[in-house]
Amino acid sequence: MIWLGIDTSNTPLSVAITKNGQTLVEIVQNVKLTHSVTAMPVIEELLAKVNMKPNDIDAIAVSEGPGSYTGIRIGVTIAKTLAWTLNKPLVGVSSLKVIASNANLFNGLVCSLFDARRQNVYAGVYRGIHMEPVIEDHHCTIVDLLTNLKELKEPVLFVGQDVTIFEEVIKEHLGEKALFAPKTLQLPRATKLIELAAEKPFQSMDEVQAFVPKYHRLAQAEAEWMKEQKKE
Amino acid sequence: MENQNLILAIETSCDETAAAVIRNGNEIVSNVVSSQIASQTRFGGVVPEIASRHHVEKITLVIEKALKDANLDPEELDAVAVTEGPGLVGALLIGINAAKAFAFAHGLPIIGVHHIAGHIYANALVQSMEFPLLALVVSGGHTELVLMKEHGHFEVIGETRDDAAGEAYDKVARVLNLPYPGGPHIDRLAHEASEGVVFPRAWLEDSYDFSFSGLKSAVINFKHNMEQRGEKIIPEQVAKGFQDSVVEVLTTKTVRAAKEFQVKQVIAAGGVSANKGLRTSLEQAFAKEEIPFYVPPLNLCTDNAAMIGAAAASMYNASVRGNLSMNGNPGMELKSWSKE
Ligand SMILES: [Zn+2]
Repeated sequence: MIWLGIDTSNTPLSVAITKNGQTLVEIVQNVKLTHSVTAMPVIEELLAKVNMKPNDIDAIAVSEGPGSYTGIRIGVTIAKTLAWTLNKPLVGVSSLKVIASNANLFNGLVCSLFDARRQNVYAGVYRGIHMEPVIEDHHCTIVDLLTNLKELKEPVLFVGQDVTIFEEVIKEHLGEKALFAPKTLQLPRATKLIELAAEKPFQSMDEVQAFVPKYHRLAQAEAEWMKEQKKE
Repeated sequence: MENQNLILAIETSCDETAAAVIRNGNEIVSNVVSSQIASQTRFGGVVPEIASRHHVEKITLVIEKALKDANLDPEELDAVAVTEGPGLVGALLIGINAAKAFAFAHGLPIIGVHHIAGHIYANALVQSMEFPLLALVVSGGHTELVLMKEHGHFEVIGETRDDAAGEAYDKVARVLNLPYPGGPHIDRLAHEASEGVVFPRAWLEDSYDFSFSGLKSAVINFKHNMEQRGEKIIPEQVAKGFQDSVVEVLTTKTVRAAKEFQVKQVIAAGGVSANKGLRTSLEQAFAKEEIPFYVPPLNLCTDNAAMIGAAAASMYNASVRGNLSMNGNPGMELKSWSKE
C-alpha cells in the first residue's frame, strides 16, 4: 500500500510517500513561500526520488483544515484532482490532529491550535496513541478554549507553531498544568497525516468529487449576511 | 500548417468554474460552465472567498463533465491550459492547481493563459481572425482596446484609467436599486426610455484610454439632487442616459482606432459585449465604415474555458509552455507570444 500525503494548511509544507506504513520519503519545509508555487514541484520531486509514477500511488491523504483558507484549498484541490483523475481513494484528516499526533506518545491531553487573529484560535484537543478527540476542532476565543481546558483538570500539552503567541495567557489560565512541546514537534508531518488517514475508511468517488476543506468558519460576507437575516 | 491538437482548458478567474475541450484552436468539442450567480446575488457582487469555496467544490465535476461530453480520455489530450491571470487570486489558484495536478497525473504539458487573450480568442471559435485586428475588451474587470498584428501579438493601445465599463454598470445599477448583476437590467431599462438624462462623456482628448468614474459620480449626483428637490428620478431615463454615454465613448474610440491602424477586422469581447445597446451601436458604426465587425455569441462573451483553450492552442503552436510552479497572477500583463 503506497500513500501520498499532502499538508499545506498553514505556512509549512509537508509531503510524504509511505509504503506499507514505512516512510519512503518525507519533506517538511517551513519557509514563507506560496504553496501554489512549491507544492506540485515537491510532489513531482519526491515521486522521482522514489522512482515512482503518479499512478503507482494507491491512496492520497490530505490535511483538510482548519488553517489558512487559501493554503488548505491548494492542498485539497491538488489531492482531490489527483485522486479523481487517477481513480484513487482520498482521505481527509484534520490539520490540527496531524500536528497533535506529533505528540501521540504523550500520556495525557494534547491541544493543537492555530492563530485565527484577534485573540481567536482554531483548536482541537486529543488523547492517546490514536488521538481520540476530547474537544472537537472548532473556532473560538483563546480565553474560551482555556476556560474549557481548565475544567478538565488535567495536564495539557500544547503543540503548534502559534502556541508561542499565546504562551503567557495559557500559563495564566492553566499554571503548571500547561506543558509546551519542543519546537521540533510543532510542524505538520505528512507521514503522521498518512498514519491517521490509514485508520479512516476510504471515500467513494462521489465523495472525492464533493470533497471540500473543513474551514470551521463561515466566510465573513456569509456570516454578516446571516446576521442581517436574523435581524429582519 | 498548424498542428492538430486537443486541449483541455480550465478557467476559474472570477465566479464561473469552467472547463472545455478545444480541437485545433477553433472547434469546441465540449464547453462546461458552472455559474455561481445564484449564490453571489445575495451579496450584491462577487465575494472572493465565497467564489474560491465554490471553485473547490465544483472543479473536478466540471473537468469530468468536459471530458465526458468530449468523449475523451486524458491520454488523448495534447495539453492542459488554465487561466493564469488576471483575476481573483484565490479563485485563480483553484483552477491552476487542479490543472497542474491533472497535467502531472497524465504527463501533459501545461499552458498558462492570460484571461483577456482568452476573451479575444473566443472569436477564433466563430470565424478565422484577420490581421491587423482590433479588439475592444469590455467586462466587469476590463475596458481595453487591443491591437493585434498577428496571432499571439498584443498591443494595448487604450485602457480604463479607473473603473471598468462593467464595474460602472454594476455601480449605477446599485444606485438604481437593480439586482446584481446590474448590466443586463440597465440595458433593458435603457431600451424602455425614448429620452435619456444627459450625462457627460469622458473623451480624454486624443488618448484611446477610458474613464467611467466621473460618469458614475454624475449619475449619483443627479439622483441626489433630484431627491433633494423632492422629485423622483425615472430609472429608465437614467439608465438610457448612462448607457448612451458609455456606448458613445466606446464606439467613437473604437472606430477611430480601427481607422488609424487600418485594421481588417474588429471584434468585441468580454461580458459587456453582450450588451444590446453597445452591440447595435458598434454594428451600425462599422457597417458605415465597411470594416468587418464581430461579436462572439453570448455564451462565449461571458467567462468560459473554451476561449482559454482557443488562446492556448495558438500558444501551443508557438511552443509556449508553463510548468508545475505556475502561480496565480492577479495583475498579469497581456504579453505577446508571437516570435516577433
Ligand atoms: Zn472575463
